[in-house]
Amino acid sequence: MTCKAWTLAAGLALGAAGHACADIKLGYLDTLSGPTGGVGEATLTTFQLAVDRINAAGGVAGEPFALEVYDGKGKPDEVLVQFQKAIDDGVRHFLLANGSSLVAALVDALNKYNARNPGEEALLINYGASATELTEENCSFWHFRFTPHAGMAVNALTDYVVKQGFGKVYVIGQDYVWGRNVADAAVSQLAEKAPGIEIVGNELHPVNKVKDFTPYVQKIISAGADVVITGNWGQDMTLLVKSAADSGATMPFLTVFGGSIGTVAALGDAAVGQLYYVSEGNSNMEISAEQKALVDAYEARFPDYDYTYHRNVLALKMLKAAIETAGSADAIPVAKALEGMTFDDEFGPVEMRADDHQLLQNLYVNTVAKGLAYTADKTDLGWTLAEGGAVSKDRAALPTTCEMKRPE
Amino acid sequence: MDVIVFALLNGTIYGLLLFMMSSGLTLIFSMMGVLNFAHASFYMLGAYLAYTVAEASTFWAALFLAPVLVGLLGMAVERWGLRKVHANGHVAELLFTFGLVYVIDELVKIVWGRTAVNYRVPEELNFPLMTLFGADFPAYRAFILVVAAAMLGALWFILNRTRAGTVIRAALVEPDMVGCLGHNVPAIFMSVFGIGCALAGLAGVIGGNTFITDPAMAAQMGPIVFVVVVLGGLGSLAGAFMAAMLIGYLQTAAISIDWSMADIFAAAGVTEATEFGRISVASLSTAIPFLLLVLVLIARPSGLMGARES
Repeated sequence: MTCKAWTLAAGLALGAAGHACADIKLGYLDTLSGPTGGVGEATLTTFQLAVDRINAAGGVAGEPFALEVYDGKGKPDEVLVQFQKAIDDGVRHFLLANGSSLVAALVDALNKYNARNPGEEALLINYGASATELTEENCSFWHFRFTPHAGMAVNALTDYVVKQGFGKVYVIGQDYVWGRNVADAAVSQLAEKAPGIEIVGNELHPVNKVKDFTPYVQKIISAGADVVITGNWGQDMTLLVKSAADSGATMPFLTVFGGSIGTVAALGDAAVGQLYYVSEGNSNMEISAEQKALVDAYEARFPDYDYTYHRNVLALKMLKAAIETAGSADAIPVAKALEGMTFDDEFGPVEMRADDHQLLQNLYVNTVAKGLAYTADKTDLGWTLAEGGAVSKDRAALPTTCEMKRPE
Repeated sequence: MDVIVFALLNGTIYGLLLFMMSSGLTLIFSMMGVLNFAHASFYMLGAYLAYTVAEASTFWAALFLAPVLVGLLGMAVERWGLRKVHANGHVAELLFTFGLVYVIDELVKIVWGRTAVNYRVPEELNFPLMTLFGADFPAYRAFILVVAAAMLGALWFILNRTRAGTVIRAALVEPDMVGCLGHNVPAIFMSVFGIGCALAGLAGVIGGNTFITDPAMAAQMGPIVFVVVVLGGLGSLAGAFMAAMLIGYLQTAAISIDWSMADIFAAAGVTEATEFGRISVASLSTAIPFLLLVLVLIARPSGLMGARES
């Protein structure tokens, strides 16, 4: 506030258009309208809380984070328009996740922008786009991923499939880079870990266009699947499990994004023991008093949402640490400080692998149960760690083929 | 066997839902010559109003009240909006309803929020009706069948077997003569528009909890509703019914069968090894209505049952 007032005063006094403000601007480019707008709202709230808490505790080396919100509308071209607008507004730290196709477009734009504007570089915090290629063949020095990629998330799920001794697996997903990543990872990992497991179905459906999933669910039932693996998220996730519940499908659904808003509500009691998802932790695990205060503050401030996106809080904490280590908010020193950074998170130690900018962390397979302290979607159901669902950071990590190009 | 039964059942239900959504649009077009772009928005309003009424009282009240409210709103739109614009011709009407889409969209976001509301199937209907080949058939889907059939029957009866229906049909062909005979033609148009919107509202009540009630539902349903109406022949109720059922069956059948392009064009030498050969029929399911539309328009520009020159 003081910074803004000062800029205004300076602008008036000098007649200048503005002054480099000391605020560290975070440009939120995620989708706030359309079929996946709900997810974008939920992830935004977590950033709002994280930013306010960091600022209240003295900011980043004395300077506050300022969260600037742009609606990317879920379309790559619109994300790029908003990116340009944000760059003009002086934003150099970007937040985007909800759609690997969006993040891929932005990474491409960042690579070009940074090459053309030395000294003005910008970087991207990806807190959810999980297509493997973003830290593999298309890895970029300007991109940091704070969520497990498709291979890692599916690794935790296939581990669980093997541990539980399921025999017939059905894989269903959205027909774009992310859904295909999940399907390929599931098929190849299962073949490697337990060749006896049979893949009874491998289906891709159009993204955000299917209204009635009943025909898909009936195919799953007819195939005699013991368990379903899906990478669906947003509306495709909710509608899929809703159809499954309506059709009386009782096999477990192992998901990557089953924790997103509305899924538990859509399934209702049928979710117990049926819905699973992999995450960096959940609030019903043994958590510290500090974490409990954070979750309570979140749920008091945003009663419509659950505290699901812990990674967003972690990402900003690490960004803050990196800026303080670098002694500057400029993208190159911050990126160099983030590379290889280790951090003690609530749910275990994490490391931002320098090779590919992929966060390595413990992963947990969660399921739905009743009678828990923290519930989901305003139901009496909540997320709890599934038995044998913990996967250590080292076990969760997968090798990378990224050949990172670093600036001089 | 089970594949065929499921495809038929799901296709019937999806087709009937599509017909419920598009019948109002084709009714309005055939009676008034107005192509109402905001039709899907009235569908969305129906779902949201049903959610609000169901929260306050019961689903059964919502089933009756929400379409009535949407219908009244539609009449107000006709009375104070469309009628004024009408004098400036069809382009002005199109633009007006086009703008209305955005207005309703924003209003819904302001009133009910940007995220989905938890509009649930009523407890009384939330049970499996029967089990078919290991999959439950929910009672609510049977309920959709009943409501759609009742709506279809009532619509046919009113238009073809009542005096009001005769007047409405007459007003379409000879509005001046009907006016001279002492009927209030503007009032007839207003009620037709209202009824059309109410039908969309009813579809919203049923569709909102079958699928998801969120601000994106209008934008998602808009194109498919137009495909149904154009495919059936603009202004033809019977055509819209046929088109809706056709799309319903084809789309669900496409999902149910495990064929890829390689299977279909095997004779032409297409194999799984090529990019084209790997495309599965199921993944094309959402494109089928549009493909059908293009094909029918090429072969028969007036649509399946269309008589009207537009």
